[in-house]
Amino acid sequence: MQALLPYLYAFLVGGALCLIGQILIDRTALTPARILSGYVVAGVLLGALGWYQPLIDFAGAGATVPLTGFGSLLARGVREAVAEKGLLGVLTGGLTEGAAGIAAAIFFSVLAALVFRSRDQS
Amino acid sequence: MAIRIGAGTIRLEKPVAIAATAAVGSRMEKEGPLGAEFDRLVEDSSFGEKSWEKAETKMQTLAIELALQKGNTTAEQVDVMLGGDLLNQCIASAYAVREQGRPFLGLYGACSTMAESLTLASLLVESGAARKALAVTSSHFCSSERQFRFPLDYGGVRTPTAQHTATAAGAALVGMAGPITVREVCIGRVVDLGVTDMNNMGAAMAPAAWDTLRQYFTDTGTSPADYDKIITGDLAQVGSDLLVRLAAEENCDLRPRYTDCGLMLYEREKQQVDAGASGCGCSAAVMCAHFLPAMQQGKYRNILFMATGALMSPTACQQGESIPGIAHLLHLTAKGGTN
Amino acid sequence: MGKTPKEYNKMLRESSPPSQSAKTLPMAFLVGGLICVVGQALTDWYGSLGLTKDEAGAWCSVTLVLLSVVTTGLGWYQKLARKAGAGTLVPITGFANAMSSPAIEFKSEGFVLGLAAKLFVIAGPVVVYGTVASILYGLVLVIFGLA
Repeated sequence: MQALLPYLYAFLVGGALCLIGQILIDRTALTPARILSGYVVAGVLLGALGWYQPLIDFAGAGATVPLTGFGSLLARGVREAVAEKGLLGVLTGGLTEGAAGIAAAIFFSVLAALVFRSRDQS
Repeated sequence: MAIRIGAGTIRLEKPVAIAATAAVGSRMEKEGPLGAEFDRLVEDSSFGEKSWEKAETKMQTLAIELALQKGNTTAEQVDVMLGGDLLNQCIASAYAVREQGRPFLGLYGACSTMAESLTLASLLVESGAARKALAVTSSHFCSSERQFRFPLDYGGVRTPTAQHTATAAGAALVGMAGPITVREVCIGRVVDLGVTDMNNMGAAMAPAAWDTLRQYFTDTGTSPADYDKIITGDLAQVGSDLLVRLAAEENCDLRPRYTDCGLMLYEREKQQVDAGASGCGCSAAVMCAHFLPAMQQGKYRNILFMATGALMSPTACQQGESIPGIAHLLHLTAKGGTN
Repeated sequence: MGKTPKEYNKMLRESSPPSQSAKTLPMAFLVGGLICVVGQALTDWYGSLGLTKDEAGAWCSVTLVLLSVVTTGLGWYQKLARKAGAGTLVPITGFANAMSSPAIEFKSEGFVLGLAAKLFVIAGPVVVYGTVASILYGLVLVIFGLA
């Protein structure tokens, strides 16, 4: 039972972060692209304030998989890089830390475009 | 000669007729309530082509060829073709008529294009400028999605007011003799009541629809009860409701005669099309597959057809502009119809 | 037209059906939560292979991105998204869907101006504003000597 708790926490926190997004979609005129940008910026902000790490400690992937987690990753990268390299770290820290996800998305997308074709989803 | 009988309406004096019509659709249209009435249904919405733009061109070509065939007419006998679609630079129409080798006028009226092309074709025939003219319009779900909204595989969210672009084309051959007579046309004004939601086109178009309809009733001194059917293009659920309410506020009850092509093409719940169908192929196909043939069979004698268009541009919308609406109307009668 | 845009807007709201939140909210919660559970399982599995916490997290992201791209290509992700709404939008899989779907869609306009140029057409703002926010944060750290 104890072993399953992390999964429960991941489910609840991850689900809740998505729920907030759905409320924004249903109740406001915000487009998905704006909501996602907002999530990433919010993640950077929460990460900078040190408030996001406790959530990650508690919920694991429930906090890292939503895009706020990506934002907090960027913030952590900058913090570490600035400590190490000073001013240059301001520029290198964020994208370096987020590189795995972005590069994977670019590369797999290019491969997918070679393999798949656009299909009628109606 | 055609005579102007008011601020918007033009009465055709010489006989102008819709001689033949053809409608082409795809899988969704086949599964819809009007599936059996289409002239051609191609299940694979790519129409065997490599791009969605080519697919739409192919679909429109099929509609042109079928309409000519049904009207026992060769392309050479058509003095002018009038066509339009939703794609940038109206490419589906331009490429569809490329093979026809006939004089061509490309039109953009968003989803009002079928009424716009029929109006101009009728006036050209009436004036003697053309002996036969062909009006053709199409829209394709896939080519529209990728141009106006998102890639087809993108997991975007649709709101309940959104409409589903019809994958359909309609063509009508206009000449001096035929079963359906064009009595009057009413050219609409651009009306904009400040709707900015790209997912609520029906609401953007409804004020234009009422503006044109009211103008026509004023110009002709008629009322809804004088017609068997009043048919709008693709207002769908939200827009239809708004049109009926706008009319009711001015003491005009449309409900007994009113119907909308956007509510007829699909089964909304089952086919998951939210508020209904849209796209200029919607009204073109519903008219050419259902209402015009039904008039030939004597089911309706006296109808008003009004296609509505949301003149929406993603660029303008992103710059904060609202969506202008337009609607053009035709009064059509079948044998025995009155006016 | 006698109506003002303001009056019409009121009428429009009455005629437009609201989002069916009773359906959309639970679905977003459920699907979004489950994607995170898959992420947790992947992270744990990579951790059991001897990877550090950070490495396991990065491999988890890469795997979810791959899963998303494949399901996007097969046309499944879009179908799930119609029901799940923000549940498929907010996780990193939504980010990968936003990149792979234009790549597949706009391939027809060529590999350079189609596929590659349109790759970031939806996801671009996420990278742009994420990076800008992180740089601003870095500047704060440098200026106030917090690091």
